[in-house]
Amino acid sequence: MKIIDKLVNWSRIKSPWVIHFNTGACNACDIEIVATLTPLFDIERFGCILRGTPRHADVLLCSGPVTRQIRDRIVRIYEQMPEPKFVVAIGTCACSGGVFQGCYNIQGGLDSVIPVSAYIPGCPVRPEAIIDGVVKLLSTLEMKEEAA
Amino acid sequence: MSRVTIPLGPQHPALKEPANFSITVAGEKILSTSSRLGYNHRGMEKACEERTYIQDMYLLERICGICSHSHSTAFVQTVEEIAGLDVPRRALYIRTLIGELERIHSHLLWLGVAGHEIGFDTLLMYSWRDREVVMDLLALLCGNRVNYGINTIGGVRRDITAEQIAGALRDMDILEERTRYYIDIATSEPSFIARLAGVGYISREDAVRLQAVGPTGRGSNVAIDIRATDPYAAYGEVDFKVITDSHCDVYGRAVVRLLELMESYRIVRQVLKEMPDGPVTVKAPRKIPAGEAVSRVEAPRGEDVHYVKGNGSDKPERVRVRASTMANIQAVNKMMENNNLADVPIIIAAIDPCFSCTDRCVRVIGGKREDLGWRDLRRHGISWYRKHWGIDFGELNRKLHSLRGER
Repeated sequence: MKIIDKLVNWSRIKSPWVIHFNTGACNACDIEIVATLTPLFDIERFGCILRGTPRHADVLLCSGPVTRQIRDRIVRIYEQMPEPKFVVAIGTCACSGGVFQGCYNIQGGLDSVIPVSAYIPGCPVRPEAIIDGVVKLLSTLEMKEEAA
Repeated sequence: MSRVTIPLGPQHPALKEPANFSITVAGEKILSTSSRLGYNHRGMEKACEERTYIQDMYLLERICGICSHSHSTAFVQTVEEIAGLDVPRRALYIRTLIGELERIHSHLLWLGVAGHEIGFDTLLMYSWRDREVVMDLLALLCGNRVNYGINTIGGVRRDITAEQIAGALRDMDILEERTRYYIDIATSEPSFIARLAGVGYISREDAVRLQAVGPTGRGSNVAIDIRATDPYAAYGEVDFKVITDSHCDVYGRAVVRLLELMESYRIVRQVLKEMPDGPVTVKAPRKIPAGEAVSRVEAPRGEDVHYVKGNGSDKPERVRVRASTMANIQAVNKMMENNNLADVPIIIAAIDPCFSCTDRCVRVIGGKREDLGWRDLRRHGISWYRKHWGIDFGELNRKLHSLRGER
């Protein structure tokens, strides 16, 4: 691995910018994501910062089962993100559809629409679990660096 | 000045949930808006018909993660009414307690979001830090921070102990002191008042006409509060004031929510002190008899109505939910008129919208929408029957007229 690649990878690990999108969730996971950003849990100490547009973001945090209305929009948002991009499914609904399995307007889990890098189950996910999931996702990048 | 229509959403930094507003502006002034919902529609009312009553309770709790206790309370109240269950008083007190703690967490959450939308991020960080006090208390009492799962048909699932009561009373003192500070900011900080006063004005008449509920209506001086007008759980036995404000703008709604926090602390203290002894649940039958009932609950965002129709089996025949944002969303379009485009996020945030509560399925049959009066409907009916069944109403009409002796 060249020194410039190492530098790029280091900066990627140290400042993952996130975007949050609600794909049909009940708001519970969304408020826990915001709680993760606020002082008690403070995910900003890992360099995470919430961005408003997918074009600035490295990590897409999605909560909720994918509804039929959202399906096309989530694909468009995913395609707008620059490479390399990571998707985190937050909550049991985003992982598998959860309690909404079998509803007529539900597409299923997030991985039925876009590729997912990390799954964080829970109903709703605790902020500690979100931090753990994001840190584990970042540590895979570190391992990639060691392997190269 | 030429008109421009700006779409807002479904993905937008100002929206925490997917919704779409199309805003027509001339320069910076908003001329009109229309909202499009349905991105969060999951089909829960239909899903309830395929699940048992107990499963429905957990499903309906997940309509909305912020007012989850209100939804499950409204649902279990309807089922208890159909089944004729007599819920123990201690269970009613615990329901009231969790309902008020939920209101505290929701209003503190709203205060932070409102602060964020007006560029006052310090307020977001402060109020969300203090909100963790009540979240910890909810986790202690219910076992989960959000989606508490404390209700069950016939009572509540967990009793609370004397140590928990003492801890809750201590937490109320901390929160009350912090809320005093926020009320002080809201009433004396010039930038906060200047940013919110006059924004999103809706008069009392309009608020009544457009059926605004909850703090949105109370901020326009409409004194509706289901806790006082149609008491449920233990609200009939506690003393509290219905907070109203006559500012009729976003500032009024902020003041109402902050003062309601103080009332909530009073209610929580009374409930904790006067908690009766006894069991917390009665045994509920698995099969609920046939019948129907409606129940109203004051969610943090306003009135929440549940309707359940049972058919004697262990699954309901019909469940209908009217959540509070559904009632308030019409008022938003009115509020936005004649405001600046930059005020849109705070006006939307001021009703504390919850689109996951609101999204309904509306099917427009055919490509275009049209309004039909009675005359048009009659004409449509005649042509439909002529086309599909070959019935000629002209002949029938003539016979009818001749029978009546008319020409």
